[in-house]
Amino acid sequence: MSTRLDNRDAAQCDAWFALSIGFVLIVTLSAALAPWLSPYSAGGLEEKRILEAPSFAHWMGTDGLGRDLLTRVLYGARVSMTVGVGTGLIALVIGTIYGLISGFKGGAVDQLMMRFVDIFYGLPDMLIFILLSLVFGRNLGGLLIALGLVSWVRFARITRGQVLQAKEFLFVEGARAMGASRRRLVLRHILPNITGPIIVTLTFSIPSAILAESTLSFIGIGINDPYSSWGTSWGTLAQDGWRAMRTYPHVLFFPATAIFLTILAFNFLGNGLRDWLDPKGR
Amino acid sequence: MISFLLRSLLHGLLVLWVVASLTFILLRLAPGGPFDRERKLPPEVIANLEAKYHLDEPPLAQYLRYLSGILRGDFGPSYKYLDRGVNEIIADTLPTSALLGLLALGFALALALPLGLLAAYFRDSWIDRLCVFISTLGISVPHFILGALLIWGVALQLGWLQAGRWDDWSSAVLPMATLGAAPAAYLAALLRSTLIETFGEDFIRTARAKGVKESAVVLRHALRHSLIPVLTVMGPLTAALLTGSFVVEYVFAIPGMGRFFITAVTDRDYPLIMGVTLVYTTLLVGANFFVDLLYGLVDPRIRTE
Repeated sequence: MSTRLDNRDAAQCDAWFALSIGFVLIVTLSAALAPWLSPYSAGGLEEKRILEAPSFAHWMGTDGLGRDLLTRVLYGARVSMTVGVGTGLIALVIGTIYGLISGFKGGAVDQLMMRFVDIFYGLPDMLIFILLSLVFGRNLGGLLIALGLVSWVRFARITRGQVLQAKEFLFVEGARAMGASRRRLVLRHILPNITGPIIVTLTFSIPSAILAESTLSFIGIGINDPYSSWGTSWGTLAQDGWRAMRTYPHVLFFPATAIFLTILAFNFLGNGLRDWLDPKGR
Repeated sequence: MISFLLRSLLHGLLVLWVVASLTFILLRLAPGGPFDRERKLPPEVIANLEAKYHLDEPPLAQYLRYLSGILRGDFGPSYKYLDRGVNEIIADTLPTSALLGLLALGFALALALPLGLLAAYFRDSWIDRLCVFISTLGISVPHFILGALLIWGVALQLGWLQAGRWDDWSSAVLPMATLGAAPAAYLAALLRSTLIETFGEDFIRTARAKGVKESAVVLRHALRHSLIPVLTVMGPLTAALLTGSFVVEYVFAIPGMGRFFITAVTDRDYPLIMGVTLVYTTLLVGANFFVDLLYGLVDPRIRTE
């Protein structure tokens, strides 16, 4: 059984990987440069041109209030990227610190902390999102907190497992023998060597955050700010399109494709990173 | 094995208690109450309503009342549907949701088994690559997008099936496919990688050397061995099915628990929210326990611990 990638495989992997990175960059740039990239202003309404199909003037057509859909999709990238990356970072910070403490302490503390994590793993996450969003409000900040509070467990588990492995490394033992403080051991020796799986986990948690947020927005319990000039979630755009789907499918098609391609790109990215960092796990 | 199962059971009960308490706390913390209307009700009316539903008692008393109700199996009255209690609503809608979930699970398994097998057996061929690609696609499509796409394509454009109904078996096809697609993709990928590993094992080589028919090698020896990780993953998979069912029920207008949950959240119907949450969690805990039980039966190594 061959575990070696031949040139053909490598080239193909690189193609998908490059495409994914490219797409993620496009989305990020849209998010950042939306006001400059979009042909119309964010709140611009043109009553005479409601629900128009894609045309030269409006590349993605217009929505039910006459707004240019391309503009709305470009601005919507802000919401998705902020939610995705924001949730990922919050979950990473909480989860990694938790996992570092748990793994490094070991013993009863570790058991207790992991028991707590196991309970979190047993909870149905969409339910908890929805309940948390009731408490923290249906705005961007509240959603970030709600999503982050559920996603951190993934990081905790991975980090703790990696720390348990890393503790056995010879250089850690050596550093400890030389009198390194615990803090130095963790920060300077263990942490730098376990960044790989953590980065991979981050890359995978971004699309699941985007998925969760767009699904919640689609059923109407997401971010409650449909006339925002900062940006409207793709999920909310999809909901608008869903209502008009029978006769004006383009209003649903474009936001839905944006959501789908973004999630897909991040998943491919994660796969590529994981294979790169741990080829024997294929 | 008994101790293993007991631990699993206790863990499940712990999860249930945590969820019940967490839900209670979160609902009490959430701004807005169940009696907010667009026109503010007079304070005497609100006071009466709160007294009726025991919302004026101190939080600890409410909590204990709520817990004792659950232990008796009584989820209380619904704040919105005044003629039906939560128990009744759940009893009406749970079978529908359960049926949808089971159908989706069956669909996922029926799709994943052949896909994973083919991909692993013809490893690195075009079949394999196609299957892996479809797998990654499958886990990347949100439920509502797939559902909308299927409705638009199959129901509206092609007219093969009707959408938005739940009266005979044909109306279950699209929802089942929507809910089961992502699990199918995930299971196919898992089965494929497990099978690839298994095909390299010594016992497979021995079987082939003994002259066992190739079909028996694959199906009786390799597949059976590779189904164990698939079984292990059934617990979290049930969770994914549950969470996906909310959206699928919404998109296809299926009268299940998920739809009621969503409206209950917007209406702040506390007892209904808590009842549905607990039922879902119980299903999840039950599924996990069942998986542990099966796992103990299937893998003899667990039994000897």
